[in-house]
Amino acid sequence: MGDKPKVAFYWCASCGGCEEAVVDLNETILEVVDAVDIVLWPVAMDFKKEDVEAMPDQSIAVAFINGAVRMSEQQEWVHLLRRKAQMVVAFGSCAHLGGIPGLANMNTRDEVFDTCYRDVQSVDNQAATRPQTICVIDGHTLTLPEFFDTVKSLNQVIDVDYYLPGCAPPADLIWAAIQAILAGALPPKGAVLSPNKAACDVCPRKDSKPEKLEITEIRRVATHIADADTCFLAQGFVCMGPATRSGCGSRCVEGNMPCRGCFGPMDDVYDQGAKFLSAFASVLAPKDEAGIDRLLDQVPDPAGTFYRFSLPTSLLRRRRVGVPV
Amino acid sequence: MATATFEPRIVAFFCNWCTYTASDLAGTARLAYEPNAPVVRVMCSGRVDPQFVLKALEQGADGVLLGGCHPGDCHYQEGNYKALRRFRLLQRVLKQFGVDEERVRLEWISASEGDRVQHVVNEMTEQLRRLGPWQRARS
Repeated sequence: MGDKPKVAFYWCASCGGCEEAVVDLNETILEVVDAVDIVLWPVAMDFKKEDVEAMPDQSIAVAFINGAVRMSEQQEWVHLLRRKAQMVVAFGSCAHLGGIPGLANMNTRDEVFDTCYRDVQSVDNQAATRPQTICVIDGHTLTLPEFFDTVKSLNQVIDVDYYLPGCAPPADLIWAAIQAILAGALPPKGAVLSPNKAACDVCPRKDSKPEKLEITEIRRVATHIADADTCFLAQGFVCMGPATRSGCGSRCVEGNMPCRGCFGPMDDVYDQGAKFLSAFASVLAPKDEAGIDRLLDQVPDPAGTFYRFSLPTSLLRRRRVGVPV
Repeated sequence: MATATFEPRIVAFFCNWCTYTASDLAGTARLAYEPNAPVVRVMCSGRVDPQFVLKALEQGADGVLLGGCHPGDCHYQEGNYKALRRFRLLQRVLKQFGVDEERVRLEWISASEGDRVQHVVNEMTEQLRRLGPWQRARS
């Protein structure tokens, strides 16, 4: 048992879906456990930080880290794992790009706290209590991790070797990555372990895309039921396929939902939201300002839509503090 | 936070057929204007990827000026309409990010409007001088 490569799984600011994704390997997980020793997996097994600190540096073969970095505790953990692991894989959209938690970069820490601890209707907090990093109660000093103002992707905190994209990464990509790691057959460092092709390229609805897309009316999934066989953009739905990497197995499209962009951009794109903005605006039909604005009014939150998974890794990274929106 | 000594850096993307030719004309006519907006010549305003605009801001520009042919005059028929649609949408996104509206500007300037280049560059430079430097994201 001692000879098997050691693997760690860790979670930061995430929803738990990435943990589900590992479990979704189903019986394949038995092959994984045959091939490696899992030395850390907080969702499933009881390990403490001291256990990891006691391991020799570089003794973990690979650490799969999911979730964005939003708190000081997560920052400490990923620094620790970087020290202990020979390879770090950013697992899932949040570690890769910042993900859904990264949308909080449109707000400040104070705004987040005001919403969570004051404004939400189910909150009764008349003392206006806010989380503190240190507080003293009955002579006892209690500490909490610091909540950062800005959410970061994993590679904005530590050096990352590979990226497994997706919200959550599909089982076949996870298994392929594990096999590639075990076989030592990996692409150059920094690679995203998914095909470098647009989602549209492999979309099951590809053939229904007209030669020239022209959107005259924007539809939303909340108010319109999409035709189950036709290109979403041709129907006027915001579909991120043109600016999103493939490899997901078109799971959303198969469920009659447009692509939301969780696989992030392709290799040569450095800002997924801007790239999608470019593609989307170019296929709108109107040519005058009034007509364009009438259509754009139907996309109420363009930044949140186009940067749904990639805000912290976008060129602008966050809303500028102190400037009213 | 504008200071007396602050000189904004503007990246100008001008289309080959209209606005770039107009800036050439401004030079030939010896029209003096602010030196704050070095020009990147692109074949068409429709070639300006919104990534270029954001990248310029990220790399230290205080503003971005886009210049293209007047509606109906695009050398490639449709390019400036694409530029307009991208610009209108980008403006909305920039507002959400807290980017001041004056920092990114689109102007239609035909090949004969050298004086318009002079006016627009001067005006934008002055606006950004008052506005102060763009705060880039801390890495």
